[in-house]
Amino acid sequence: MIGEARLSVPIGPSDHVRGSANAPVELVEYGDFECPSCGRAYPIAKHVLEKMNGVLKFAFRNFPLTQQHPDAVNAARAAEAAGLQGRFWQMHDILFENQEYLDYESLLQYAVELRIDANRFARDFRSPKVERKVLADFESGVRSGVNGTPTFFINGIRYDGDWSYYSLLQVLQSVAAEANFV
Amino acid sequence: MELLQKGAQAPSFTLRSTPDQNLSLEDFRGKNLVLCFYPADWSPVCGDELALFNEVLPMIRKYDAEFVAISVDGAWCHQAFKKDRKLRFPLLSDFEPKGEVSRKYGAYREKEGESARALFVLNGDGVIHWSYLSPVGINPGADGILAALESLPVEEAAS
Repeated sequence: MIGEARLSVPIGPSDHVRGSANAPVELVEYGDFECPSCGRAYPIAKHVLEKMNGVLKFAFRNFPLTQQHPDAVNAARAAEAAGLQGRFWQMHDILFENQEYLDYESLLQYAVELRIDANRFARDFRSPKVERKVLADFESGVRSGVNGTPTFFINGIRYDGDWSYYSLLQVLQSVAAEANFV
Repeated sequence: MELLQKGAQAPSFTLRSTPDQNLSLEDFRGKNLVLCFYPADWSPVCGDELALFNEVLPMIRKYDAEFVAISVDGAWCHQAFKKDRKLRFPLLSDFEPKGEVSRKYGAYREKEGESARALFVLNGDGVIHWSYLSPVGINPGADGILAALESLPVEEAAS
């Protein structure tokens, strides 16, 4: 709950991770591809990761708010289905850069643009495996105290502060400094 | 008045759930029940909080539990809010006498004239198993509710 919300499932093999595997700082985002706030957080997380190259790793987990965002689950499935062909992050970026166009036709079009096997993509999109992955992400988020989107965890602890670029960068850099010198 | 704590019998109530229907605590006898008091329809944090619980509903129901939310807003206001946000659980009106039920649970803010942001998990006998008062500006999340439902003793869990 408040002040003690911790990531219930640590970063593991089923996660999509950007940045260096041995980085001392871990940033996990629970997000929804149709959520406007997550759309604003997308370039911020990307720039922070570039700035902290070698020090930070970033994982994205799905937290679709289906009743508010009717295309959010499909978008999450599209990212996971692309992930089964090694293109999770490419699809993640396309989805956040095209939040207004997350209907099924558009999702198929993105798969074509990524030059992945479109038939396999369509099959995986509807598969129980992908459905379970999206649900597992959501459930781990609920049990970790995710209370809206985006919710960030820094080294396993929910970050309730300001996530604008400079604020987030400053917090992550101070965590990195502690990790190195303590 | 302090928030009612674990072990207390939940005060009974009958409140309007729609302009022409009532729901009573006794209607949930034999089932676990999550009661969510919140300050107001339409306000930003409440909207987010209820949107989250709306999504978590299937996880709550796995524990043979129902979920209802209570504020001092009137039944017509609740009806419009529920439709707009596609909420899949009842919104009860603690409207007349205003705040009476919230007060009995220790979940009323006199100065503001609104329910506090408070959560209760009741067992099938209507006994409070867990309660939590959240700072009014903070969405509490659903992890506490799920942990409470999980920790209900087996003999207390509704069969």
